[in-house]
Amino acid sequence: MATATTTFARDRGVRTLRWGNVWTVARTDLKQLAQARDYWIPMLILGSIFFVFVPTVLLFTITQLGNVDAVSQLSQALEVLPERAQAAIQGDTEQARAGYALAVYLFAPVAVVVPITISTAVGAATIVGERERGTGEFLAHSPAGIREIFLGKLLASLLPGYATTIVGFGIYSLIVNTIVGPDVGGWFFPTSQWWVLMLWVVPPFLALTLSLVLRLSAKVKSTAAAQQASALVSLPLIMVAYSQATGSLYGGNALAWYVGAIAWVLAGVALWRGVRAVTRGRLLGVADER
Amino acid sequence: MTTLTSGPAVAVVPPLPSPPVILLDGVVKSFGTNRALDDLRLTVPGGQITVLLGPNGAGKTTAIRTITGAFTPEAGTVRVFGLDPAVDGEEVRSRCGVVSAKPALYDRLSGLDNLRYSAELYGLGRGSVVDARIVEAAARFGIEGALNDQVGGYSTGMKTRLALSRSVLHRPELLLYDEPTSGLDPESSLAVLELIREMTTDGSTVVMCTHLLLEAEGLADQVVVLQDGANLVDGSPDELTRRYWPDAMVRLGADDLAALDALERAPGVVGYERTDGTAVLRLDAPERVPDLVFALTAAGARVTRVEPHEPTLEDLYFAVRETAGRSRLGRVDGSSV
Repeated sequence: MATATTTFARDRGVRTLRWGNVWTVARTDLKQLAQARDYWIPMLILGSIFFVFVPTVLLFTITQLGNVDAVSQLSQALEVLPERAQAAIQGDTEQARAGYALAVYLFAPVAVVVPITISTAVGAATIVGERERGTGEFLAHSPAGIREIFLGKLLASLLPGYATTIVGFGIYSLIVNTIVGPDVGGWFFPTSQWWVLMLWVVPPFLALTLSLVLRLSAKVKSTAAAQQASALVSLPLIMVAYSQATGSLYGGNALAWYVGAIAWVLAGVALWRGVRAVTRGRLLGVADER
Repeated sequence: MTTLTSGPAVAVVPPLPSPPVILLDGVVKSFGTNRALDDLRLTVPGGQITVLLGPNGAGKTTAIRTITGAFTPEAGTVRVFGLDPAVDGEEVRSRCGVVSAKPALYDRLSGLDNLRYSAELYGLGRGSVVDARIVEAAARFGIEGALNDQVGGYSTGMKTRLALSRSVLHRPELLLYDEPTSGLDPESSLAVLELIREMTTDGSTVVMCTHLLLEAEGLADQVVVLQDGANLVDGSPDELTRRYWPDAMVRLGADDLAALDALERAPGVVGYERTDGTAVLRLDAPERVPDLVFALTAAGARVTRVEPHEPTLEDLYFAVRETAGRSRLGRVDGSSV
């Protein structure tokens, strides 16, 4: 008989990744999230503020009310944009150009801030929450693999943030085209850079942040600690994502593809390290069970 | 038509004993400086109820978690169904049903969704056939009427019943119950223990941890007393009783305590212990009992009680721990000489 002599058994005995289990874990977490109105109502408000309220007020002020001060200040600000970005701005009047620039360039961070904020809030509590509620015991004794549990929880954290962003993006597109479109010759949004941003740049940044957050969630002792630590991790990442997202819009499609590719590689590494941080022992709340 | 003919004599070979469902040999598991399992040896035969007894911190829960492969030991051998849970964890866990001291249920989900989650992770899938099986499992524990309610609104007893239903849903061969009656009122505890007893009727093997001796009384086919992560003693309650109390025992009561105490020196009495008006006497043979009763009446005492004394599991537990304590003391004394 072979003798077990190591504590470094990660999840031996679970050989293949069963996507059915991943989806089962994710779906169950999402179902619980749907029951938690105290969670999703504030998140809905957050998405509404960023994607609906703020753009509507600003764009309406500039294009419809003709706020001269705001337009002239914004026109000056546009001069600091790279030439390539300036050349892409459409519109014949100062108002139209200001509205276009605002819609296309200045709201890019919104696409990053909203999903990361929402998903971080979900992800921070996901593993430590299982431990605090005692339900980690069920998962630890179940045949589900650790990778399946980790990826399921990653999906369950990623989807609410990304779905909110996609829906918000759709509404934002409608608002922008309705308010600014008539001044720039019709519907212009989303631009090709925005498509690349939403589908290629934002998802890996989100996955990267969540991998780190879930790793923290597996290691800390309480949900409160997880949220504190997650804020520390996500804030710099939001800043990096902010600058990269903005830069990719200014720099054209090629830069956006490069930024996205690098983010995907980093997300892959973070994902691999994140999976290794979760163990059955940690689901049970035993800190030094590796 | 078959004709019976006499053939060469064949020696009747007794059936081989079936391999144990669980085998732990020299298992060591530490958390920091605390050694939770210390050279633990444990053999659990199939189709029986094995009760792990021990105080808090004795290593009962760690033993369960090691059996399912949730913990990997630093040393020793673990075999469950002949498999190493560290290597074949998926198969081992899919053949086990576990209920922990906390029912480990999702409060925001309904009872039905909790069981569906389990059914999917244990590979039963989804659909009406699985739902029918869920209702069947819930009905076994009398909780089918509350399946559509959110678990957050369940009482502790209902949660335990749902957790028990979940543990049998995938029809496991091995049931691991870690203090399943924790937090239950006596009536509910009794009902749960009765249900656990029933489970062995279909051939399941049950391992139950408890520190409540009354729970294990009458339930255990095998008792394992754990202390400091090690197995102090194991065996069937009868076997252990015979080992610790090889003599016949009788409980006698009399209104004359002096006459009662005089029995300590009577022929055949090898042990005597009195509490208030009754005494437990250990005898070299049960045939001594009529003589003792006669001695009491002859001394003018009115006999108030004569009954065979069967040591309870509680007696056994404390005797085991007392013996273990003495031997430990002996080792200390020995080393100091």
